Amino acid sequence: MNKIWSNKKAILFFIFPAVAFFAIFIIIPIFMSLYYSFTSWDGIGKIEWVGLNNYIEMFQSPTIKFGKAAVNSLLIAGASTLIQLPIALIFALILSRKLRFRKTFLSIYFIPVLISSVAIGQLWMRIYNGDYGTINYILKSIGLDSLCRNWLGNQSTAMVAVLVPIIWQYIGYHMLIMYSGIKSVSEEMIEAAKIDGATGSQVARFVTIPVIKPIIKVSVIFAVTGSLKLFDLIYVLTNGGPAHATEVPTTLMISMLFSRNRYGIGSAIAIFIILECFLFSMIIQRIFKEER
Amino acid sequence: MKSMKKGMTYFILCVWAVIQLFPLYYLFTFSLKNNEEILGENILGLPKNWLWENYIKVITTSNITRYFLNSVFVTLIVIILTLIVSLMASYGIYRMQWRFRGVLAAIFMLGLTIPIHSSILPVFLILKNVGLLNSYMALILPYVAFGLSMGILMSSGFLFGIPKELEEAACIDGCNVYKIFFRIIIPLMKPAFATIAIFTYLSSWNELMMSSIYINSENLKTLPVGIQSISMQLITDWGVFGAALVLSLVPTIMIYIFMSNKVQESMVVGAVKG
Repeated sequence: MNKIWSNKKAILFFIFPAVAFFAIFIIIPIFMSLYYSFTSWDGIGKIEWVGLNNYIEMFQSPTIKFGKAAVNSLLIAGASTLIQLPIALIFALILSRKLRFRKTFLSIYFIPVLISSVAIGQLWMRIYNGDYGTINYILKSIGLDSLCRNWLGNQSTAMVAVLVPIIWQYIGYHMLIMYSGIKSVSEEMIEAAKIDGATGSQVARFVTIPVIKPIIKVSVIFAVTGSLKLFDLIYVLTNGGPAHATEVPTTLMISMLFSRNRYGIGSAIAIFIILECFLFSMIIQRIFKEER
Repeated sequence: MKSMKKGMTYFILCVWAVIQLFPLYYLFTFSLKNNEEILGENILGLPKNWLWENYIKVITTSNITRYFLNSVFVTLIVIILTLIVSLMASYGIYRMQWRFRGVLAAIFMLGLTIPIHSSILPVFLILKNVGLLNSYMALILPYVAFGLSMGILMSSGFLFGIPKELEEAACIDGCNVYKIFFRIIIPLMKPAFATIAIFTYLSSWNELMMSSIYINSENLKTLPVGIQSISMQLITDWGVFGAALVLSLVPTIMIYIFMSNKVQESMVVGAVKG
């Protein structure tokens, strides 16, 4: 049998397609991006090596607004972790009790996760619309006309307006992850705690949550890295505007690469996003390890 | 007291359900209204006359059918290729015996965390050089590549559940490794198909960044980009645009209604295992 499983030709046959796809579209491109990030290429002229200049310009140039974009993406990551995950955890805990229709509720909460960001963005654009939007309509009908505005078009409200659908869309996702974690906590442990006189919220705090910590860690990593590389919703809602108020690194990267042909800086931003994601997952892993 | 607490719990759950469903309710109702209702008379209520004409109008006056078929075609090919390639790879890595399989497995799993942004420009340049920019392949090939990590993770999970004795028995009967894979393993892995297919469906059906950059010909656009262009054309006609949005969501909603457990499983399995 081992002879069959170590047939060199067969090994090549099985892994070749995957390796080819992966190499051509993922591995080689990462190194190409890394290389371009050290050049001043515009896609047409000669490729000129400029060392770390793109990275320096990215952080120092006042016109590129990279700092603003990076801060915005950190804000999204923070808001996701501090608002989205607690809501998800509370609902996951509620739904893990013996309730009727809990499966139905869970399935309903999960629907926004499946809907394309384009559809969600287009819908929320209409909810926020300055003239005919739902929010302004509700404000008017309760006599708060003065608060009405074009929520996405206004520099001071655009960021909050963008955050709401971002947080709203993925609550169901984290809820389901945590719910399946809670389901794996053994009934006996919970029963034992109850016999010892623990209340529902004490069981959650001292039994369930400590046991599902690894799952919460995964949720935090997904929420943070997902926010740092978020593109679709912002692209549809504001494309970084008005006046960079909602700019994030990904929207900036796309406009550098494909509207301004600045391949060097665009690639530097791409590399920054990858490193940032890896760095944050490592930090989060570390934090959860220390707590144990 | 206890029943009051229970009532409170259900109340909170229902309020939250309304919050999660409101945008979809809003979408569905405004897709059946005319502008007078949407823009003032009746913003939140059910449509006064159910204007199914909006649907006919968007099908006859916009390119939605074309976008829809493009999405179906691209997604279908991506699912088939992802399935075949990741099943083969997971067999090659987790069953075949060779030296660097551990390293290769680690590289593929790294793919789970690599964002597509990292290769958006290089892949653009590669596609341009081989003349594939603005073709179905410009989407299909990268989508398969980015679906592989998850596909391999999911299929390896199922592969571990298949006892090696089956293959050993077949080996004694004189099967070669290809026959073992295609005749024994593939049929046994069928439960993995749905999980991988659903995950792949969702990511390619909804993908926006690559499709907005690698495709600009009207005839090749998939739904996410197509919907964006329809929204420009129908900037003043919300009802008809709403109908286009609803149509773009129909397959996803149908799949979810009929296989909600499988859909949830395929979305969460990566998190729980990873």
